[in-house]
Amino acid sequence: MDLTSEDVRDILQLLDGLPYREMTLETASFRLSLRRSADGGWTQATEVLAEPAGPAVLAEPAEPAVLAEPAATTTAPSEPAPDAAAEGLVDVRAPLLGTFYRAPRPGAPPFVTVGSEVEPDTVVCIIETMKLMNSVTAGVTGAVAEILTENAQFAGQGTVLMRVRPTGEQQ
Amino acid sequence: MILRRILIANRGEIAARILRTCRQLGIEAVLAASDADCDSMPARLADSVIRLGPAAAGDSYLSVDAVVAAARAAGADAIHPGYGFLSENPALARACGAAGIVFIGPTGSQLEAVGDKLTARAHATAAVLPVAAGGEVAGVAEAADLAAAIGFPVLVKAVGGGGGRGLRPVRQADALAGTVTMAMAEAAAAFGDPRVYLERYLPSGRHVEVQLLGDGDSVIHLGDRDCSVQRRYQKLIEEAPAPLLDDDLRTAIRNAAVNFGRHLSYRGAGTVEFLVDPARRAFYFLEMNARIQVEHPVTEAISGIDIVAEQIWIAEGNSLRFDQDDVALSGHAIECRINAEDWADGFRPSPGTVTTAVVPVGPGIRVDTHVQPGSAVPPWYDSLLAKLIVSGRDRAEALARLRGALARCDIGGVATTIGLHEKLTASTEFEAGGVDTGFLERWLYSHG
Repeated sequence: MDLTSEDVRDILQLLDGLPYREMTLETASFRLSLRRSADGGWTQATEVLAEPAGPAVLAEPAEPAVLAEPAATTTAPSEPAPDAAAEGLVDVRAPLLGTFYRAPRPGAPPFVTVGSEVEPDTVVCIIETMKLMNSVTAGVTGAVAEILTENAQFAGQGTVLMRVRPTGEQQ
Repeated sequence: MILRRILIANRGEIAARILRTCRQLGIEAVLAASDADCDSMPARLADSVIRLGPAAAGDSYLSVDAVVAAARAAGADAIHPGYGFLSENPALARACGAAGIVFIGPTGSQLEAVGDKLTARAHATAAVLPVAAGGEVAGVAEAADLAAAIGFPVLVKAVGGGGGRGLRPVRQADALAGTVTMAMAEAAAAFGDPRVYLERYLPSGRHVEVQLLGDGDSVIHLGDRDCSVQRRYQKLIEEAPAPLLDDDLRTAIRNAAVNFGRHLSYRGAGTVEFLVDPARRAFYFLEMNARIQVEHPVTEAISGIDIVAEQIWIAEGNSLRFDQDDVALSGHAIECRINAEDWADGFRPSPGTVTTAVVPVGPGIRVDTHVQPGSAVPPWYDSLLAKLIVSGRDRAEALARLRGALARCDIGGVATTIGLHEKLTASTEFEAGGVDTGFLERWLYSHG
């Protein structure tokens, strides 16, 4: 951005003496909107419009670094879940998007495997989101019938991670 | 040497912050970005962008090989590691040395001296700093003996931890064995080092830290900060200077930090953290963070010094460009960390897409951020969206401005901690100043 915070301060000083409540400044590289709020203070909304620039020096072929590519989508769409209810199975879904872990730490035995008996509050896996580990519970009494997500794979919110056959359901 | 092109091996607000100083100094800034960050605001601000690797940090921001390869490919003279990720990793500092690239930070051996928290404790003792009673424990039996000797409550700490990670308080003897066993297993998994140590725990202490600058020869301080508003050892509000410390105690803490830095012949910017017991007018060494810190802007606000610019100046091989006597601290500054978390729902992380990003602007107000409408808040990294830093001639003026500034913040699309900051800064306890590290948990408990 070509505008420093000092520039914004100067603009505000100018605006303070004028009867305007709002100013928008747009160039090829940014858009700045200044607004006077009800308490007399100002707010700022800035958008950097410039597209990310590629590398100044082309990566050597042997190097792993390459030209910037468009960002990968950060929200993996939830997989359409096959009709689990028809099979009498209960879905265990990701409560929020993140990385799916089957064990409490690398090398430790998994929380559950296919066939494990679970209670509603049995921890069956972890979803790591923003460096926080979120335990996922089975939510139902039964036995783990299927595990649908690979360990350490990314799961979108609502993704079916496992299915549990509730106690009392016929095979 | 003069640095002309710096690779920023980080993301988020600190990447944008470093970019700003590079721009002011006329240094070309290349951003090393993961696939999740190639379209971020810092990527748009950078002179150029190099792909670092996949979104998962282990394959990108935490990969020494990927970072050094990116610096080589970019033809960078230097790497700025920011905070977190590889910023305190001696392997990166050494790999830079081997590749003829300047690492903007301390030496590999200084990183090792403070990265291993037991070594750091030993250095603190050698530099005649007060350390809390405690020491390494090899197992449950040793832990029981040591805890009995120092008295409960105790804190079980991972030797490889730091930055508030790998800490577990134990309030009574019957919980010690289980906690030590779990802490060792966790430390092995999280830090690749199962060693733990015990320290006497001070539940009502204050977290006070001192900003240092060193050139490998001289070490000076830029005053202190108070970071006692914490949840689970993660800081939420920081201020400079630390409120309500008497002059003798403040001077003793600052001198202790400088002595620690001098003992290490420290080079670069770093922070020495202390736990202060105001009732007994005592303080104890906690750890040193050998990097730029999230809360550095409150020090910049009261000192007028651009700490990132000084990091670069020192990395260029220069001596400090000012003496202790040249450092003039005036006024008061408070920083609120605005995180993508739903604080009303157990601080549940809130990744997603930012739809609105309106921030306050005006005298004494600074906002360091990396989000604008359309910005992705990916689930792979920490939740810091923005830092609101407000300063005034004194604490009362800074606090009054901060309250007005928070009311004008509007970040939408993801949950944020703005509402929590509004409530905390309105509380009489915070207004009085000098809260302890238990303040936030107590407040949450009584307002939950």
